[in-house]
Amino acid sequence: MQETPRVRTLTLDVPGWPGHRAGQHLDVRLTAEDGYTAQRSYSIASAPEDGVELTVERLDDGEVSPYLVDEAREGDRIEVRGPIGRYFVWEASDLTPLLLVAGGSGVVPLMSMVRHRASAGGTASAKLVYSSRTLEDVIYRSELDELAARGDGLEVVHTLTREQPEGWTGYARRIDPELLREVAWPASARPRVYVCGSTRFVDAAADGLLALGYEPQSIRTERFGATGT
Amino acid sequence: MVFSRGFRGRRREGPPDRVPPGQYLTDDFPVLSAGPTPHTPLEDWTFSIQGGAEPVSWSWEEFRALPTETVTVDIHCVTRWSKLDTVWEGVSVDTLLQAVEHDASFVVAFCDGGYTTNLPLEDVTDGKAWVAFGYGGEPLEPEHGGPARLLVPHLYFWKSAKWVRGLSLRDEDEPGFWETNGYHIRGDPWQEQRYWGD
Amino acid sequence: METRDLRLDGNAIGGLLLEVFGVDMTAAPSVCASCGSREAVARLDVYVNAPGVVVRCCHCEAVMIRIVQGGGRTWLDLSGTGCLELG
Repeated sequence: MQETPRVRTLTLDVPGWPGHRAGQHLDVRLTAEDGYTAQRSYSIASAPEDGVELTVERLDDGEVSPYLVDEAREGDRIEVRGPIGRYFVWEASDLTPLLLVAGGSGVVPLMSMVRHRASAGGTASAKLVYSSRTLEDVIYRSELDELAARGDGLEVVHTLTREQPEGWTGYARRIDPELLREVAWPASARPRVYVCGSTRFVDAAADGLLALGYEPQSIRTERFGATGT
Repeated sequence: MVFSRGFRGRRREGPPDRVPPGQYLTDDFPVLSAGPTPHTPLEDWTFSIQGGAEPVSWSWEEFRALPTETVTVDIHCVTRWSKLDTVWEGVSVDTLLQAVEHDASFVVAFCDGGYTTNLPLEDVTDGKAWVAFGYGGEPLEPEHGGPARLLVPHLYFWKSAKWVRGLSLRDEDEPGFWETNGYHIRGDPWQEQRYWGD
Repeated sequence: METRDLRLDGNAIGGLLLEVFGVDMTAAPSVCASCGSREAVARLDVYVNAPGVVVRCCHCEAVMIRIVQGGGRTWLDLSGTGCLELG
C-alpha cells in the first residue's frame, strides 16, 4: 500500500519464513533478464506477530527503490536474505523505558518495535520522536495517532523540519539537544534508545543525547545510506 | 535464480569502442570512498617524490606554478560505471618526474587518509598520467579527491588515487590498498583486469 | 547528499557478514588491532561505496576489516582486527 507519495509498503509471502525480531532487516536482490543484479537492505516494518512487510522510500537516483515503489505488482518475485540483525533489535518483554528517535524513513524499524509493543502487550513506557520534512511525508501517521491515543504508555512527538501546516503547534525544526531535553527522559531514567535515519541525522541525535548525559552504550543506532541501504 | 519482472536497473549501454567490457555509462559522477574525506589545508599540503637520487617536494604554490594541461578523457571504475569526456586540469606526472633523477620501474602513490595504489612507471609517463586539481572547469572538490588526485584514465579508476600527496619510486611492484585485497595488480579495463589472476 | 552520509555502520553489512562468516555478526564484539577498543560490529564505521567494503574503528578510524567480492570470489582482510567473537 502507498504510505506517502514516495513511500510504499509491500507485503511479502516468504516460504519457510522463520519469524523475525523487531528492528531487523532483509537484503533484497533483484535480477534482470540479462542477469544484472542489484541489492539493497530494507527494514522490516511489521511486528514479529504480523508476517513480513517492508516499507520502501523511493530515492530519485535509486536503483532498487524505484522498482519496488513504482513497478512491483502483486505476484512479482524478489529474492530476500534474512532476517538480519542481532544488535538493533528490541523485545517487548524488556521493561526499560524505550526512546525511539526516527529521521524520515528511519522510522521503519522503529515502527516494527512500536507495533510489536502493541501486539505483545509490552508495558515499557515508550516515546517515539519522529522527524519528517512535511506532514505529508509522515509515514504511518494515522496508525501512530491511533496507537498514541490508546493511553497505554506510548507517546509520539513529531517535528516537521521543512514545512508545517497552518495551525501547527508542534516542533518545526531538526532534532537538537534542546528539543531532546524537552521530550526525552532524563538520563537518570536510564532508557534504552534506538536511533535510525541518515548518518547526519543519527550522529546529531546521538550527540544530542550524549549531551544530556545518556550513556553511549545505551544508544543503539542504525544508519541508512544514500544508496537506499 | 529469481528474475524480477520488469527490473532493469539504471544502467545505460554505450558504444563498445568507448566503453570497455562489462561497463555501463553514467551521467553523474559517483563518489566512492574507503574512509572519511581528508581536509588538509593548502598551507600544509605538499606533493613529494621519494626514492629518487634526492627527495623532492612542492608546496601548493610551487605545484600550481608548474605548467598545466587540460585534458578530456574517459574514466572507468571497476564498480562498472564509465563516464565519457570528463575534463580535467592538472600537472603531467612527466613534468613532476623531470625534477628527479631515478632508475625506478614502479611507483606507489600515497595519499592523505593512508590510501595507496601501485603502478608501473610506464603507466604514469609519456602523457598518460596527471596530478589533477581541476575537474569540469572548477577546483576539484574534496569528495572527488581535492585538492589534488592522481589521474590515470587508461586504467581502472581505483588507480587514480584521491587526495594524493606523492609518489614513491620503487624497483619492484608493491601492491597497494586494493591490490592487496583482491584487485588486479595493473587494472587495464580493456582487458577487464579487475581481480587477481584476471 | 553529504559525503558524510557515505559512512554507515555495521548494520549495513549484516547480510554480507552472514554470508562470509556463516553467522549474524552485527552484535559480535570486535577488537581494533590499532587502538584496542572493543565494540559490537554494528557500531563500527562502514564504507560500502567503494570497490570493496571497508570497516573502520569508530574510535581511531583505523581499517579493521576489508571485504571484496567479485568474479565469484571473496577476499577478506582481518589484519586490522585483533579479535572477533563469533558467538
